[in-house]
Amino acid sequence: MKQFRGFVIKEFYHIFRDKRSLFILFGMPIAQILLFGFAITNEINNVDIAVLDHSKDATTEEMINSIAASEYFSIDQFIEREADIETVFKQGKVKAVLNIEKDFSQKLIKDGKAYVQIITDATDPNTANTIFNYVTSILQKFQSSKNKSAEFPYQIVPQTRMVYNPELKSVFMFVPGVMTIILMLVSAMMTSISITREKELGTMEILLVSPLKPFQVIVGKVVPYIFLSVINAIVIVVLSIFIFKMPVEGSLFLLGLESVLFIITALALGILISSIAQTQQTAMMISLMGLMLPVILLSGFIFPISSMPFILQIISNIVPAKWFIIIIKGIMLKGVGLWFIWKETLVLLGMTVFFIGLSVKKYKIRLE
Amino acid sequence: MSIVVSNISKSYKTVKALKNISFEVNEGELFGLIGPDGAGKTTLFRVLTTLLIADEGKATVAGYDLLKDYKTIRESVGYMPGRFSLYQDLTVEENLKFFATIFGTTIAENYDLIKDIYVQIEPFKTRRAGKLSGGMKQKLALSCALIHKPKVLFLDEPTTGVDPVSRKEFWEMIKRLQQKGITILVSTPYMDEAALCDRIALIQDGTILQIDTPEAIIKHYPKAIYNVSADNMYQLIESLKAYEHSHSVYPFGEFVHYTDKRTGFDPKQLKKYLEEKKLAGISIEITQPTIEDAFMELAI
Repeated sequence: MKQFRGFVIKEFYHIFRDKRSLFILFGMPIAQILLFGFAITNEINNVDIAVLDHSKDATTEEMINSIAASEYFSIDQFIEREADIETVFKQGKVKAVLNIEKDFSQKLIKDGKAYVQIITDATDPNTANTIFNYVTSILQKFQSSKNKSAEFPYQIVPQTRMVYNPELKSVFMFVPGVMTIILMLVSAMMTSISITREKELGTMEILLVSPLKPFQVIVGKVVPYIFLSVINAIVIVVLSIFIFKMPVEGSLFLLGLESVLFIITALALGILISSIAQTQQTAMMISLMGLMLPVILLSGFIFPISSMPFILQIISNIVPAKWFIIIIKGIMLKGVGLWFIWKETLVLLGMTVFFIGLSVKKYKIRLE
Repeated sequence: MSIVVSNISKSYKTVKALKNISFEVNEGELFGLIGPDGAGKTTLFRVLTTLLIADEGKATVAGYDLLKDYKTIRESVGYMPGRFSLYQDLTVEENLKFFATIFGTTIAENYDLIKDIYVQIEPFKTRRAGKLSGGMKQKLALSCALIHKPKVLFLDEPTTGVDPVSRKEFWEMIKRLQQKGITILVSTPYMDEAALCDRIALIQDGTILQIDTPEAIIKHYPKAIYNVSADNMYQLIESLKAYEHSHSVYPFGEFVHYTDKRTGFDPKQLKKYLEEKKLAGISIEITQPTIEDAFMELAI
């Protein structure tokens, strides 16, 4: 036990003396969560648009005002000629132009319909789409408010309600994903690097020719990183609660336990990587390519699994991150208890046991 | 017997690193493995410290079988690899403390064993190991290998890359450790260090060429050896090699060591030959053979 403690203390020395790694270890989670939270977002806010109003009557003014009044758009400028549409897009400031046809009010009254053209800058297709949808829904609202007085034989009024994330904040989607990436990266990459470093520097040779048992070396390597990863998880959750007002509907305790489970899964993967890799560089490459990419692409963090090709849906099942993201989304957003996520938990647990078993078996008690 | 090696062979994918190696090391003996780089010294050390498994053959270390009792062996030997293998980001004291702890002991418990060595690096005990000079690193590595009072000490090229003064000091330390009853197996590519061992094994290409005391190895050198020198060393070596009776020619410091094929060799004849080759300042004197001469003779 004393030997083991000595070993763990030595590991902490390594971690705290390597200032650069330490900075990455704690700087990365904060930077990522802030980046994903603030900068990378699907929402639109205060998008500048231009208006080309050919009729300039009371109805169009009211309509334009209703768009300007929303928090999504602000009217940047009014243009006078069709030719200017091209110009303002090329200047790049406005993302959409509202082209209102001549004699809008009269046509509306006389024919019962009038045209508004929405021209969007589709160099960024996602934003263009979102802008289009938002403008359309504002116009629809505007139309129905106008129709209130008019007699209409029948009307279908869809009532939508978004549950668990009513404001559709994208940060709610990113936090679980970022947390997963960071825990995976810190745990797997750091342990695999720290074990291969011993191989590379030749200290493994001395550790082997010592009474330290294989599991003492492995567990001794892992313990400091469990500790650091838990701190990271806490930092991420605290940041998302206080900065992004992310709710934690379920039990914090359960969230903690599940996180520790996932951390151990990642650590076991790290140990497994170190048993294959001979140098720190290889260990890092395997961790990045072999773990990061699946976590980002196949976990459902960015791209929904249900819309993937069938074969990728099958593969996504062996990505531990997928299960963890389901679990934390469940706990944080839906507030479910263990009863609803026991299956996912069991899958993670099984993976962990499998990885640990495999890496203990692959741990070499000799060189070669 | 402290180490018994019988018929050990070990191959890597394409190279045969050890071919049928056998030797014995007595209790408390300072035994040297002398050979050039790539002779198989490090492989032999790794086999004997249970880091590698030999393809064939058997060996015991401190009375324990290499395969069966590898755990016991790991507790009772000290191993200092050829490459500096301590934690560079830990200080001198932390390294020593760490190795004491993982061997289940403390610095205080075995301090008298390492005292002679450790006092020399103690002034730098708060310095990180990576920032030590070559000689100091080796002293620290030796201290770490000794901290658990091993019965057998394996030193793989401990003086490679160390300055001459530190090398001398290091060998004095090894000698003192031997007096404390530790069996020591040491390897070195430096032939001059061989004379400091009780017995040596000359090793090349995975084969042991000869095992004996350094004195006996020198005594059994079969030929008379001459120091030859001239103004133009390069031309001298070329001429000697071209000489029809020459047996071996190789540079040795400021001289060329020369042996002749004939039994009744007369240096005057050689001098005459060299003069014909237009060499000036020729001197030919008989000299004592060294371990290196013996090695070269065997390795040819």
